[in-house]
Amino acid sequence: MEKPFAITLNPGSSLANHTGSWRTVRPEYVSRLPPCNAACPAGENIQGWLFHAESGDYEQAWRALTENNPLPAIMGRVCYHPCENGCNRQYVDASVGINSVERFLGDEAIKRGWKFATQAPISGKRVLVVGSGPAGLSAAYHLTRLGHQAVIYEAAELAGGMMRFGIPKYRLPREVLDAEIQRLVDFGVELHLQTKVTNILDTLKKGFDAVFLGVGAHIAKRAYIPAGDANKVLDAVSVLHNMEDASAPMLGRKVVVYGGGNTAIDVARTAKRLGAEEAIIVYRRTRDKMPAHDFEVEEALQEGISIKWLSTIKEAGESDIMIEKMALDENGFPQPTGEFERIEADSVVLALGQDTDLSLLDNVPGLIVDKGLIQVDKGMMTGHPGVFAGGDMANNERTVTVAVGHGKKAARAIDAWLRGETYAPPPKHEIATFERMNPWYYSDAPKTMRPVLDIIRRQSTFDEVLGGLDESNAQFEARRCMSCGNCFECDNCYGVCPDNAVIKLGPGKGFKFNYDYCKGCGMCVAECPCGAIRTVPEEN
Amino acid sequence: MSFQPVKFYQTGTFTVGNRLLPPEERSVQASGKRFNSINSGHRACQGCGEALGARYAIDAAMEATDSQLIAANATGCLEVFSTPYPETSWQIPWIHSLFGNAAAVATGIAAAMKVKRAKGKVGDVRVVAQGGDGGTTDIGFGCLSGMFERNDDVLYICYDNGGYMNTGVQRSSATPAAARTATTPAVGHDPGNVFGQGKFLPAIAMAHDIPYVATATVADLRDLEAKVRRAMEFRGARYIHILVPCPLGWGTPSHDTIKMARLAKETGIFPVFEAEHGEVKSVLAIRRPLPVEEYLRPQKRFAHLFGKSPAVATIARIQALADKNIRKYRLQARQESH
Repeated sequence: MEKPFAITLNPGSSLANHTGSWRTVRPEYVSRLPPCNAACPAGENIQGWLFHAESGDYEQAWRALTENNPLPAIMGRVCYHPCENGCNRQYVDASVGINSVERFLGDEAIKRGWKFATQAPISGKRVLVVGSGPAGLSAAYHLTRLGHQAVIYEAAELAGGMMRFGIPKYRLPREVLDAEIQRLVDFGVELHLQTKVTNILDTLKKGFDAVFLGVGAHIAKRAYIPAGDANKVLDAVSVLHNMEDASAPMLGRKVVVYGGGNTAIDVARTAKRLGAEEAIIVYRRTRDKMPAHDFEVEEALQEGISIKWLSTIKEAGESDIMIEKMALDENGFPQPTGEFERIEADSVVLALGQDTDLSLLDNVPGLIVDKGLIQVDKGMMTGHPGVFAGGDMANNERTVTVAVGHGKKAARAIDAWLRGETYAPPPKHEIATFERMNPWYYSDAPKTMRPVLDIIRRQSTFDEVLGGLDESNAQFEARRCMSCGNCFECDNCYGVCPDNAVIKLGPGKGFKFNYDYCKGCGMCVAECPCGAIRTVPEEN
Repeated sequence: MSFQPVKFYQTGTFTVGNRLLPPEERSVQASGKRFNSINSGHRACQGCGEALGARYAIDAAMEATDSQLIAANATGCLEVFSTPYPETSWQIPWIHSLFGNAAAVATGIAAAMKVKRAKGKVGDVRVVAQGGDGGTTDIGFGCLSGMFERNDDVLYICYDNGGYMNTGVQRSSATPAAARTATTPAVGHDPGNVFGQGKFLPAIAMAHDIPYVATATVADLRDLEAKVRRAMEFRGARYIHILVPCPLGWGTPSHDTIKMARLAKETGIFPVFEAEHGEVKSVLAIRRPLPVEEYLRPQKRFAHLFGKSPAVATIARIQALADKNIRKYRLQARQESH
């Protein structure tokens, strides 16, 4: 080539200079476990379904959600959302309203008539599911997804278990419950109502390959209270159960509820709605010791329910009760003080917890029962091979969400067991902690509050107390998700690299590093908002 | 604000892009087809703020001028690490002459392009001159001031890293007070660079009443791109001063380059604003106010302020300078809009 005066070399590109050789550490894309997912008892991939809701693809979001939990409309109402307690956004402003988005998706699915789609080939196996509460429904759903025929035997005249006979309507409207159960029946779950199983081994012989027990805990615990004849002492389970029958329970003008759990709150709020002038909760400890969830206590107080802390009921008279004041000792346990007080009461409702009716398991060899709970292994199998159990009968943390999680876990274990294998869950990613993120990049965005029913209507009707979000609110709320530990294609790594060593692969495909030129400065790691890149030392 | 903030999309305006944004609302840097005006394989240090700032600015200028762009470069890091003869990282027409004459060279190119265009030989070719703070505020200042007062049709971009970094970190007139450099060692009664010396060139540029003056940092990409775009809407002399942290000279980890620029802006140490015809038109308000200590402490060039007995009085003097910036340019934090 003819070169100009004083030029001796052809021009070259710096691409010949592979600066990647300078590197001592290399960046790598990772997926970390978002704290919401880690906290979800039902094992939902929350960040995963919010990702689709963020772009407005609600059906895809619902499908991603229902891979783990078939009851989003129910869950969006009754779940105590431990996910939100784990949410990293709480360190920026307030947790993402995951529960309200879940409810939006669940309601949207009912409105639009979205159905589950089958995936696995039919196995020909039949699995009996005893009880149609959340554990049973979840197990049946996941068994169906895995190709097995799930057959539910339910003793009651209606399906839903404690979701119908324990949770009041103002928290869970029955149309929602019915719709989500019907969708499972449409999916292929066989549901037999008023079919009580009295001897599980006998029933199993009728062509079933395995059984999942989710019979719940329906027997109210009692406490001995000396009572006059005229005073009515009832239990919470039957009060709430009777609410579903034609005959609403007669509780009178002044109702005392004894206990400090969510059930006690539910009964007191129900009594108020039935016309009681006064509903008083008597609890032997203090508010911070109360097992009921804070927001439920708050809602109850708003509705005019009063709570007597540090009190026990000594006796129930004709139209009043005697309570004894308690004081906490140095270990935080309540001790009687000898101080008494009489309060007016037409009825006393005991909400002191529930036990499981285990009579159907008589004569089953190998079962271990401890403190009224049936003992299961990691795959929810009892001591008797092929008999699995979950939900309230297998644990003390008695929530719908835990039960749904048990049902899923059991279904996977049953599936493996039917093939003569043991289910091994995939290893979990490390948690995407807040320290691993760069919160600078998230816009300020306050939490969207759900509309709450007027107090006046909460005192006389069973209308749902907490409203839902509309579409724009739900999408806004979804977009508050910080996508902890999982790339959401913000282009930051691609943009901040001084060496153009990040390759953009296109929508949905993410990015990859060009290690020929990456000098390992770590800027992409530091500026990744969600902590989805890590550095690892170079080997040589 | 120099640009319309993006409505809330998870990350809004702050990230480079976002899958939820329509392509036209993303930054130039988010595009898979961006120019990469300065290519891979350049010899800048790990985490170089100047290499990043130059790509941000020149890519935006290429976009704004439909790729009809010529750059003149002063001597300095940017020239040395990008173009060791005969190899170059630049993917645009680019020329280097001397340390101090980039503005004058650019003026000449602009004049030549004007003539060629009048003769119908070229289209509307725009000219950029660029250099570091040494080539701009010290050595090239005479040529630059001349370019300003003649109102030549050139955009001059200064990448300010606060010193002569590629020759071993010597003081420039843009080195901040108290900073340790090779020529202002951290010894004696008042260690580091002297208070009350140096200059803030954006204010001097504004004093020339040229059409457009702006400051920016590598931590605010949207703002930087909007300013380059705006600058290209004017004819005449324009000046953009970009703060580009230098891991080597500042003594910061290579991964903290953008963080340091962000801290400079958030503490008020470096005011981010734009001015037209000598008047401030908009400022980038502080989002999360921080004391200057947060900015100083991570930098080894200020390490002598934080020994066993911290130099409280010196830190207070630096804080006073930041407070003055906040007052003067009205940088107070305000409510973020979504």
